[in-house]
Amino acid sequence: MSLAAFATLLERLAFTPQRLGKERLLTAAFTDLPDPERGFMLAALTGDLKLRQVTPSLLRGLTEMRADAQLFSYSYDFVGDLAETISLIWPEGTRSDPPLSEVVDELATTPKTRLPALITARLDSLGPSERYAYLKLATGALRVGVSARLARSAFAAWASLPLTEVEEIWHALQPPYLDLFAWAAGTAPRPEAAARAPFRPVMLSTPTDLDQLSTLDPAAYAAEWKWDGIRIQAVSDGGTRRLYSRTGEDISAAFPDIVELMAFDGTLDGELLIRREAEVAPFGDLQQRLNRKTVTPAMLRSHPAGLRLYDVLIWNGEDLRDQPYDTRRAVLVKAVAPLGPRIDLSPELTFQTWEDLATLRLNPPATVIEGVMIKRRDSPYLAGRVKGPWFKWKRDPHLIDAVLMYAQRGHGKRSGYYSDFTFGVWNGDELVPVGKAYFGFTDAELKDLDRFVRNNTVERFGSVRSVARSKVVEVAFEGLNRSTRHKSGVAMRFPRINRIRDDKPAAEADHLSTLQALLDKD
Amino acid sequence: MAKPPLLHPRPEGLYCPAGDFFIDPTRPVPRALITHGHSDHARPGHGAVMATRQTLDIMAIRYGEDFAQSRQPAESPTRIGDVTVSFHPAGHVLGSAQIAVESPTQRIVVSGDYARVPTPTCLPFEPVPCDIFVTEATFALPVFRHPPPEVEIARLLASVAAFPERSHLIGAYALGKAQRVIAELRRAGWDAPIHIHGALQRLCDYHVAQGIDLGHLRPATEGKKSDFAGAIVIAPPSAFAATWAQRFPDPVIAFASGWMQVRARARQRGVELPLILSDHVDWPHLTATIAELDPAEVWITHGREDALMRWCELTQRAARPLHLVGYEDEAE
Repeated sequence: MSLAAFATLLERLAFTPQRLGKERLLTAAFTDLPDPERGFMLAALTGDLKLRQVTPSLLRGLTEMRADAQLFSYSYDFVGDLAETISLIWPEGTRSDPPLSEVVDELATTPKTRLPALITARLDSLGPSERYAYLKLATGALRVGVSARLARSAFAAWASLPLTEVEEIWHALQPPYLDLFAWAAGTAPRPEAAARAPFRPVMLSTPTDLDQLSTLDPAAYAAEWKWDGIRIQAVSDGGTRRLYSRTGEDISAAFPDIVELMAFDGTLDGELLIRREAEVAPFGDLQQRLNRKTVTPAMLRSHPAGLRLYDVLIWNGEDLRDQPYDTRRAVLVKAVAPLGPRIDLSPELTFQTWEDLATLRLNPPATVIEGVMIKRRDSPYLAGRVKGPWFKWKRDPHLIDAVLMYAQRGHGKRSGYYSDFTFGVWNGDELVPVGKAYFGFTDAELKDLDRFVRNNTVERFGSVRSVARSKVVEVAFEGLNRSTRHKSGVAMRFPRINRIRDDKPAAEADHLSTLQALLDKD
Repeated sequence: MAKPPLLHPRPEGLYCPAGDFFIDPTRPVPRALITHGHSDHARPGHGAVMATRQTLDIMAIRYGEDFAQSRQPAESPTRIGDVTVSFHPAGHVLGSAQIAVESPTQRIVVSGDYARVPTPTCLPFEPVPCDIFVTEATFALPVFRHPPPEVEIARLLASVAAFPERSHLIGAYALGKAQRVIAELRRAGWDAPIHIHGALQRLCDYHVAQGIDLGHLRPATEGKKSDFAGAIVIAPPSAFAATWAQRFPDPVIAFASGWMQVRARARQRGVELPLILSDHVDWPHLTATIAELDPAEVWITHGREDALMRWCELTQRAARPLHLVGYEDEAE
């Protein structure tokens, strides 16, 4: 596959609306392309090409050598996608059409210091849609409307293989997947997970409420707290220990204190939390340890991590995923006991009726609990978000009425709309910004907000518009942290615009004191 | 500039005190000069209106014969008060004109909307030397480099050939873009009937009456579903959301607009086949036009004025944004 053909495929995938149409394009590509091109194509779509040294800031720097920085910034603001902006703004040069494998190979093997020259030379010798494909490849964020799962399921359909079997071994495979395609062709056996301690697909829940639950028999379900940390999978396999995020990313390096404690042989499902003695710290504390490649001894002392376990997938070589929840739970209870205080069990809740559970949900013993989890006692451990066996019943969000203050254009599929909003509440007779939200609204509400911004701009600061202080929105959020960075002294967690309050005049929006009271309660 | 300019912005639009008239006002005024027939520039309800004969005809088609109290076709340079005004082709849509306003010491050209790519549907842009050039900035970002129309028409025809069982529905605004798509298709050799939405009928008829060959046009309401397999249908974009679109077999939704160069815009509209076809200047044409005219000052009416201001700064040209409100920011 040449880069131009790859660019055409990306374009067609992006503009083909139906899933079926996208699958058809992909299966045609699997048939038509030779190895290793099709493997690289598949890896590009599943996000498994590890070319991540190419950072947005590197690309910005290169572009600013070719175009005025300010014009570039206006353009990016308008287009809303870095790769697309660069592909369109880059000056026209000669045209070439290298094979995909050549491009992938050189991006993967070129030393970091020589990358800028390599990328510039490539961009100089490609047409706009090839530049786009090249940059998407280099940054690893294709965003062409094809999820990794869709790409894998198209592959499984094309190869006439069960998707679950493909998913199961996926994390141990390496692009360009020659062994996988050989398995599909029937010329080789199923590639066994070569790496030790592989990641297994995680079971996810769907949201529920009292109405939905009332149709179900409470005796058939177990319940436990929903802890507000990050969901992880802890795997210890023949001496190899790994901690995975729920998407399969290896985060072991950031949590050596946990890895050290993983003296078992099996695959466990649980929540990573920051724990000081018996008390679980708020999510903000955990955030400080995430996204770090290494962790300092001081951080290990001030922010000690712990593991609270929900489930067991594999134990001492036995795969338990087909067993019912109750059976796995019994194994888990025994398994946890010797692991010591920093690894413990997420306790089951006792309830007879859904109303009992509703009462528990309203009065959790700790603020880091964000609701309850409900699990069918006879359910096996299934990959993905299957509707039915597992439910999450989150606590209701906090709500305030705030006044729209500033707006910026959105990016990605929101580009062209004013969709990033800063809102504020009253402090005396002055509005102070308390947060930013860029989702939560419906498409119709977005159009309404966009129109409001365009017609009520009172001032412009570069890409930011200051709007007339007349639009009230109801903001929902999950929690509140103290903040020294914000003038208001508070920072919201997960704020989103719940609805537009055109029925409410700006003067009747909430006051900062309402938020401060909430902070004191927490 | 030592002498006061002949025009200045007012809430109603650009105003000429020496001639007591407005150009493309967005509110009703006693005397208006109109550059072209798009509804954000040509509004009904003015006292006296001066425009090209074609623009006056188009306004009458859109708003009825009584769209203004009196009308005057612009034919040769005309004196109004203390200034002389003249109309020059803008290459945007049928009847579109730039308006030159001059006194013995100053000439301002208000370009309205304009394009530099020749089209079969209107007269080409005429460069008019001037002291102040008033320009639009709709596509004033260096990312807008519109491909030649024949490239886009070839993509459309390739898609029609690839999906013979489907119909192709092309969204195009009723004045200019629709006829442009039809004329470009004819130029590319597509001679089958083209089906048009009822909202396009009168403006297409008017183009034909003005001597622009659009070939065989047929109302899109005639015929049964299977007749539209392999057919090309043109409609205003708003028609696609209506039940009107259900009569066509598995339609490929296309949209003809300069905005289609930005993928997210195309996807937001649910467009499957974006056609980059614009009746405005793109960045290279816009900047080349300013360089060619080399006016003492550039005034910017609407669009991405920040970016064009920056370009003027980089090329050391005096420029100012007018921040006129009421012009469509992003419709094309």
